[in-house]
Amino acid sequence: MSKVIKLKKGLDIKLNGIADKVVQTLGNPSHCALKPTDFRALVPRLAVKTGDEVKAGDVLFTDKAHPEIKFTSPVSGTIEEIKRGERRKLLEIIVKADTETRYHDFGKVEINKLEREEIINRMLESGVWPMVKQRPYDIIANPTTTPKAIFVSGFDSAPLAPDYEFMLNDQEHDLQTGFDCLAKLCKRSVNLNLESDTPSASVFTKLKNVEINYFSGPHPSGNAGIQINHLNPINKGDLVWVVNIQDVAIIGRLFNQGRFDARKIIAIAGSEVSKPLYYHTILGASITDILTGKLKGRTDERIISGNALTGTAVKSDGYLGYYDNLITVIPEGNQYEFLGWATPGFNKFSASKLFPSFLCPKKRYTLDTNFHGERRAFVVSGQYEQVFPMDIYPVYLLKAILAHDIDQMEQLGIYEVVPEDMALCEFVCTSKTPVQQIVSEGIELMMKETN
Amino acid sequence: MNFLRNFLDKQKPKFEKGGKLEKLHSVFTGFESFLFVPNQTTSNGAHIRDAVDLKRTMIIVVLALVPALLFGIYNVGYQHFLATEALEGASFFQLFFYGLWKVLPMIIVSYIVGLGIEFAVAQMKGHEINEGFLVSGLLIPMIMPVEAPLWMVALSTAFAVIIGKEIFGGTGMNIWNPALLARAFFFFSYPSQISGDKVWIASDTADAISQATPLAQMALGQPLSYSTADMFWGFIPGSVGETSTFCILIGALILLLTNVASWRTMLSVFVGGFVMAWAFQPVSNVEAFQQLLMGGFAFGAVFMATDPVTSAQTNTGKYIYGLLIGAMAVIIRCINPGYPEGMMLAILLMNTFAPLIDWFVVQSNIKRRLKRAQAVVKI
Repeated sequence: MSKVIKLKKGLDIKLNGIADKVVQTLGNPSHCALKPTDFRALVPRLAVKTGDEVKAGDVLFTDKAHPEIKFTSPVSGTIEEIKRGERRKLLEIIVKADTETRYHDFGKVEINKLEREEIINRMLESGVWPMVKQRPYDIIANPTTTPKAIFVSGFDSAPLAPDYEFMLNDQEHDLQTGFDCLAKLCKRSVNLNLESDTPSASVFTKLKNVEINYFSGPHPSGNAGIQINHLNPINKGDLVWVVNIQDVAIIGRLFNQGRFDARKIIAIAGSEVSKPLYYHTILGASITDILTGKLKGRTDERIISGNALTGTAVKSDGYLGYYDNLITVIPEGNQYEFLGWATPGFNKFSASKLFPSFLCPKKRYTLDTNFHGERRAFVVSGQYEQVFPMDIYPVYLLKAILAHDIDQMEQLGIYEVVPEDMALCEFVCTSKTPVQQIVSEGIELMMKETN
Repeated sequence: MNFLRNFLDKQKPKFEKGGKLEKLHSVFTGFESFLFVPNQTTSNGAHIRDAVDLKRTMIIVVLALVPALLFGIYNVGYQHFLATEALEGASFFQLFFYGLWKVLPMIIVSYIVGLGIEFAVAQMKGHEINEGFLVSGLLIPMIMPVEAPLWMVALSTAFAVIIGKEIFGGTGMNIWNPALLARAFFFFSYPSQISGDKVWIASDTADAISQATPLAQMALGQPLSYSTADMFWGFIPGSVGETSTFCILIGALILLLTNVASWRTMLSVFVGGFVMAWAFQPVSNVEAFQQLLMGGFAFGAVFMATDPVTSAQTNTGKYIYGLLIGAMAVIIRCINPGYPEGMMLAILLMNTFAPLIDWFVVQSNIKRRLKRAQAVVKI
């Protein structure tokens, strides 16, 4: 029986430039790239060199620690460039796309006839495996383990987040195959969590072989981490896998069509986009292809692959992140503001009641990337708790991480959080503490010390 | 404001590393960030940030202190003219400006000494100047009696800032409320004048005048010579800012509406104090609610106990912390023969124990998590 879990804590940041529910096509992508930096703690091993021809589904690089985990090209074409950073760190593997995509054929197959091992091998071979992520730590799942549950969030509550229900409403077949596949992986039905006001005729509610639960409340109610915490919390030694719902459809397509077809719909949103809409594109698509002619261009812009709280800043010639279904474009806030802390600030947004924004909860804001202050020690208390709907003391956890105290981190719940769950804490922080960075460091430390 | 910005941009290189005035770097950035919110943008984590910062938070606390401060200034004049039997014929402005003339030097001394030390330490340690002292600097003169020798105000402030704050690492790291520490330092030097049976009244002659406070009368078992209304509105002798419960409540309202202070702490201090005062009624011979109007109780509950750095940090902890402060303050008042006022010591004591209270609260969270894990194993 499905239930509604009501979350009270949290914060909806209402930004200008929400995408209208119209999907447009962009034409064929000219370039695509995979970025090893999209994957936490990954050490990549390159499998191609510049000038190589690849088909969609051919390996670009592999995971050094688990060579069976492959990362494959979303398009067919030629390897144009392999971008490296400091100390030859692999940054981008750029593929110049053919006009017509040629697919590596993995063979159509009936999912129910496959054993778990065969499914895993097929997913590893075709390059969809990295879409399966493991909690704790938010890393690519280890294919030799079995999770206690798999969670898929059917909605995103982040600022300007795309509406998955709208994006996937004609993909029932692929979604169903994807969920059947995941159910085989964890040997029980997958948890699908929906917004409490999802219409009963929605494609999501028609899905079988899933256990549906409903969530209501402000962001981060759509984060899988929060949902797991309320339904089946992670204890020491537990493994839970998480898959993004659009990726579930891509996994389904692999079995239905026998190829790695990573086409997806993304939203382009934010106050600097002239017409925020949804677009057909592909995993790892070039930002130039996507954004050309679509920005207002009135000020310096920050282009974010992902949402404004957790996304990655990309340059205008960069590429869409592996897990991202949204591009947010907001103004850079690189200007000084005279006595900014003293002015009433009608156009400023704050979760505190120190600005008038709490009087008009429905207003939408154009927020820029200004830091709005300077870094300080922890001073104000009780602030994080208001936007963090878990039974965890966030400041104590952060202090344990800063102190590199492994035992305390474990006791205070490091296994249950990933940086995105605490992004709002970082947003509201008066002292401008880099919360997500601290959590990332904590996760890295845990991985190092416990392995 | 472009000309100001241009001016600052022109001066900036002088204060950077290798510049002529490198030694004043912290002071320069302190003033610069006071005038202009910096142009720094987010470089990791969330790309957008809340508009709030510590300056905004602190300035709200200062605003909340203003009603009590203004009344305190007036009351200094009022008490002086009352004691010298010149109240009739004195105008409102006469009273107010007389008070201002007495109180302003204390405020100036407190700010100059405190900020001077803050600036020096920030420069020595190479970090930015923190906003914490904006509030502490105003609190210190408000919890001192008028006519407190200025050199003593300076010394107490220096003690509080250095021993109370900087040796722990500055704002956010301190264990005790710095303003209360200043008062404690002063208190143990002049125990009878600040909290004994009599308190100083502003005077122009070499002889100090002092007047019995309601607290002192209660401690000595004398009948109160002040009406409840006087105690509520604040026409009683006492430290500069603490007398008017009414003005303090205005401040409380500002702090609670803006959510700067925790209602959990504030409410539980009053509840703890009231319950204990009621229990001690036979000893004190004073109505329970009158206890809350006397001395520094309301001021401490609203402005001191709620200091987020030195109070308990967890929500559950805040209730316990507040209740104990209220109860302790009244116990010290009623049982301790030495000092009639207990609020300061109660808050400092609970400041010391706040981390312990939090420790128990956090431990129970840890136990809950362990229990959950064990429950799964059993199934």
